[in-house]
Amino acid sequence: MLSRTASNLFWLGRHMERAETASRLFEVGARITLLPNTAEGYQNEWQSLLRATGVSDRFAARYDEVSEENMEKFMIFDRDNPSSVASCMHDARESGRIVRTALTSRVWDALNVSWQEMRGMEPGQEDAADLADFVARHAATVHGAIDGTQLRNDGFHFMKLGYALERADSTARVLDVKYFVLLPRVEFVGSGLDSYQWQVILRALSAHRAFHWAYGDDVSAGRVAHFLILNDESPRSLMTSVLEALSHLDALVRRYGQDVPHSARDRAQALADRLGSTDIEDIFDEGLHEFLSDFIREIGDIANRVQADYFHGRG
Amino acid sequence: MYYNEMLDGTKVREAYAGLSDWVDQMPAEIRQMKQAEAEALFRRIGITFAVYGEGGDPDRLIPFDMMPRIFTQSEWRRLERGIKQRARALNAFLRDVYGRGEIVRAGRIPARLVYQNDAYEKAVVGFVPPRGVYSHIIGIDLVRTGRDEFFVLEDNCRTPSGVSYMLENREIMMRMFPELFRGNRIEPVDGYPDLLRRTLETVAPAKCQGRPRVVILTPGHFNSAYYEHSFLANLMGVELVEGADLFVEGEFVYMRTTEGPKRVDVIYRRLDDAFIDPLTFRRDSMLGVPGLMDVYRSGGVSICSAPGAGVADDKAIYTFVPEMVRFYLGEEPILKNVDTWTLWKDDDFKYVMDNLGDLVVKEVHGSGGYGMLVGPRSTKAEIEEFRQRIKANPSNYIAQPTLSLSTCPTFVNEGVAPRHVDLRPFCLCGERIELVPGGLTRVALKEGSLVVNSSQGGGVKDTWVLSE
Amino acid sequence: MRLKITHQTVYRYDAPVGFVVQSLRLTPSVFDGQKVIEWKVDIDGAEPGPGFRDGAGDWVQVWTMRGPVTEVPVRIEGVVETADLSGVLRGHREMIHPMVYLQSTDATAPDDALRALAEEPEADLSPLDLAHALSARVSEVIAYRPGVTHLNTTAAEALSLGEGVCQDHAHALIALARLRGLPARYVSGYLSADADGAEHEAAHAWAEIHVDGLGWVGFDAANRCCPDDRYVRTGSGLDARDAAPIRGVRASTGMRAEELDVTVAVEPVAP
Repeated sequence: MLSRTASNLFWLGRHMERAETASRLFEVGARITLLPNTAEGYQNEWQSLLRATGVSDRFAARYDEVSEENMEKFMIFDRDNPSSVASCMHDARESGRIVRTALTSRVWDALNVSWQEMRGMEPGQEDAADLADFVARHAATVHGAIDGTQLRNDGFHFMKLGYALERADSTARVLDVKYFVLLPRVEFVGSGLDSYQWQVILRALSAHRAFHWAYGDDVSAGRVAHFLILNDESPRSLMTSVLEALSHLDALVRRYGQDVPHSARDRAQALADRLGSTDIEDIFDEGLHEFLSDFIREIGDIANRVQADYFHGRG
Repeated sequence: MYYNEMLDGTKVREAYAGLSDWVDQMPAEIRQMKQAEAEALFRRIGITFAVYGEGGDPDRLIPFDMMPRIFTQSEWRRLERGIKQRARALNAFLRDVYGRGEIVRAGRIPARLVYQNDAYEKAVVGFVPPRGVYSHIIGIDLVRTGRDEFFVLEDNCRTPSGVSYMLENREIMMRMFPELFRGNRIEPVDGYPDLLRRTLETVAPAKCQGRPRVVILTPGHFNSAYYEHSFLANLMGVELVEGADLFVEGEFVYMRTTEGPKRVDVIYRRLDDAFIDPLTFRRDSMLGVPGLMDVYRSGGVSICSAPGAGVADDKAIYTFVPEMVRFYLGEEPILKNVDTWTLWKDDDFKYVMDNLGDLVVKEVHGSGGYGMLVGPRSTKAEIEEFRQRIKANPSNYIAQPTLSLSTCPTFVNEGVAPRHVDLRPFCLCGERIELVPGGLTRVALKEGSLVVNSSQGGGVKDTWVLSE
Repeated sequence: MRLKITHQTVYRYDAPVGFVVQSLRLTPSVFDGQKVIEWKVDIDGAEPGPGFRDGAGDWVQVWTMRGPVTEVPVRIEGVVETADLSGVLRGHREMIHPMVYLQSTDATAPDDALRALAEEPEADLSPLDLAHALSARVSEVIAYRPGVTHLNTTAAEALSLGEGVCQDHAHALIALARLRGLPARYVSGYLSADADGAEHEAAHAWAEIHVDGLGWVGFDAANRCCPDDRYVRTGSGLDARDAAPIRGVRASTGMRAEELDVTVAVEPVAP
């Protein structure tokens, strides 16, 4: 398969997943600001969210005031923000258009429709939860079309690999928001506020029901973290995402043979092994933020290796 | 008057015999419904003229007219002979002017028109591509003025576009009106992609081993014809590549794949000469492949069409194509040229100035129906304005008589009415010269209009050749 | 005369480059005025393509090199036996019609000053006399002075400066000849040092003008002469860029941050 085609398929997956992340993060922000608040006001939470996702400078350059209204524009609609929902959906659709012939018509239809509908929307019409639903629904349609209709060839694996790596990255970032939000207020750890914030995180990942099935209603930091990091039944956990990425990388190695470089697979295998031998106490001892930062770097490294192994074409 | 391809007075001509009942029996509501259906099909397939980044409606469709244009077998056979003859002559001309230039030495074509032509490419001089073919896909634009009278309007030897419409128009007609195709009366065109691939495979370089790997080189997804590029690649079963997907190493060209470099033997490029290799042509081109020309000239890869093939389809060279047929083939041209006055000649200039109101004047390098004057359809002021433009730069223009283009029945708001048409068949040149029975019929949808270009309100039709 | 040439060009990149492609026209032309005794082109670590003779008669070879590299050294060494043909390019095999060399390029585009200068020689001169007259005028109006012009200086700019190097003299002469309807082209090659050790450019360039009956004739306006046995001819083109002995880009596009280091020596040797 042409390297560029593979790269476009990979990024199609990443951008669709990233669009969903942006809307989830926005929803987290909106929910956290619904809390009875401290004197500092809600602006602080939005700031934390911007910092956690590494886009505060970009925001500051374009908007005067940190408000929900501006955050909605920035995170959902702003085409100058490459991580906004609109940008990601556009980019996913554009990748799809470039490799149109590698997609089934169902996948293309779903991509096309999601972008057309997104383009028809305007800021201020929907609340955060509805926006997140809207995006999740379209993302699910595209994903479903891929799973249901695409041939299981290398192109399929590149797409799914994009999804898996992006999901690993995004779950880590959403978790990290909690760290940034809580950082100035260690005294809240274990309080009702703390528990509420963890619940918000779970909701943002559409994982609150699953969590309650698995752990009952004791929403403690340790349990939520375990659920979102190490539990391989949790659909968005870091563990699940890494194992999924690994399975597609394995499939590529089987398909291409050992002569084609596979440093990304080896690295993903090492990461999966490491997660498998870690328990949640180790993570808290190391520091959740440090652990997550390290994990995000690892995922970045695997993505770079995918690029070097497959997208460069070695010329 | 205009030649009506369906009606001879009130009598229906042979070619359209089966169709006139079909038209008569179709109620207006059904017709509108079918038209909407056709449009939805086109949109669904994605065949639009999106020019990204240039504004306008990104999903503009070329209007499709459901009324087919029909040729009998005997009409087609004559056209086919004429087109193949012309294609042979054009390639012989290219081989000659990039070699010894016998036709110039013989005084049959002025040297200036060849060697000072912008499209003449000195980087190709002395090189004979596999099978001596320089232009592998030739689109020949034809108009009809009478029962047996066809004229060539222009030749397209570089990278003629529009073949995806020929294929899609047929596909959509077959989906919507399968009953019309029963009985096997209509020659199929869907073999074109295979034929194109086989043709390109026959011009692989001698160094190629095994089945040649063919690719289509596109300027990229921002190009307005990107749809056609990806459509053809898909039907041919070949990769659609951009310049950055290819690289030169040693004596060959390779494409970057997920499994490492793969050698490429034949490049069907849909990219202008100037952009294909920054080492030889435009240095600032990011679309091409550095070193491609060197590999081409040393026989490591074939480029279709050859750089510099455009010198054969220039509007000034056009007037000499009948001469090429005589000179290289020793035959009389089967297809006629339209009389053409070249404005850099004093006599021609004077004639044109005196008769501007009756003539069609075109820019030598213009295309798409822009920069032309249709005398009989222009106001006095427009004619005078154009006269000043010609005077400022006479050698930039040619003039032709206003032809009485034939008409075909076409669906319009009021029902069915005659509209002017032209035809672009696509001739493939490799080991053999081949032509699928059909082409792209363009129709001027505006009443009385003679301009069929899509940018000027033209539409397209399915083109049928009836089997015996 | 027998001339020994050693020429080294080094491309330096500020960051390692993954892949380098270069097209070289660096082999002496084949004609009655010169004969190659030995000639070697070498790029460390690069793979040569097969090479071919183009329509202008130049030997062209593409070289590719896998990186990462920060330097690409091109080394040429050879010995050529030359003869003085008073500038006439006799016995040179080429296929491009001279008329092709009437077209103008950015570097040779005429301006009013060039047009006026082109009109100075009388109209009834023979083509050969006209070519000599134009060459002499270029020598007068553009003084030899290194460092004032650069690679992209045009003929018009050099004329208005009144100073320049061999590239500028050649461009100006080409522009003038074309204005008078004479096909003209840019030639690159080497020039051996004079016995008196006068200042000169060893990696040299001059112009050729096509004269009916004689064919291509060389004119070196920078040195007020026609090429003789001190000259070695390697390639030609419409202008300096088109005739460049080395055309290169690096893969993985972007800026070309390359430096050119040239050491060149041309010296007479005993046969």
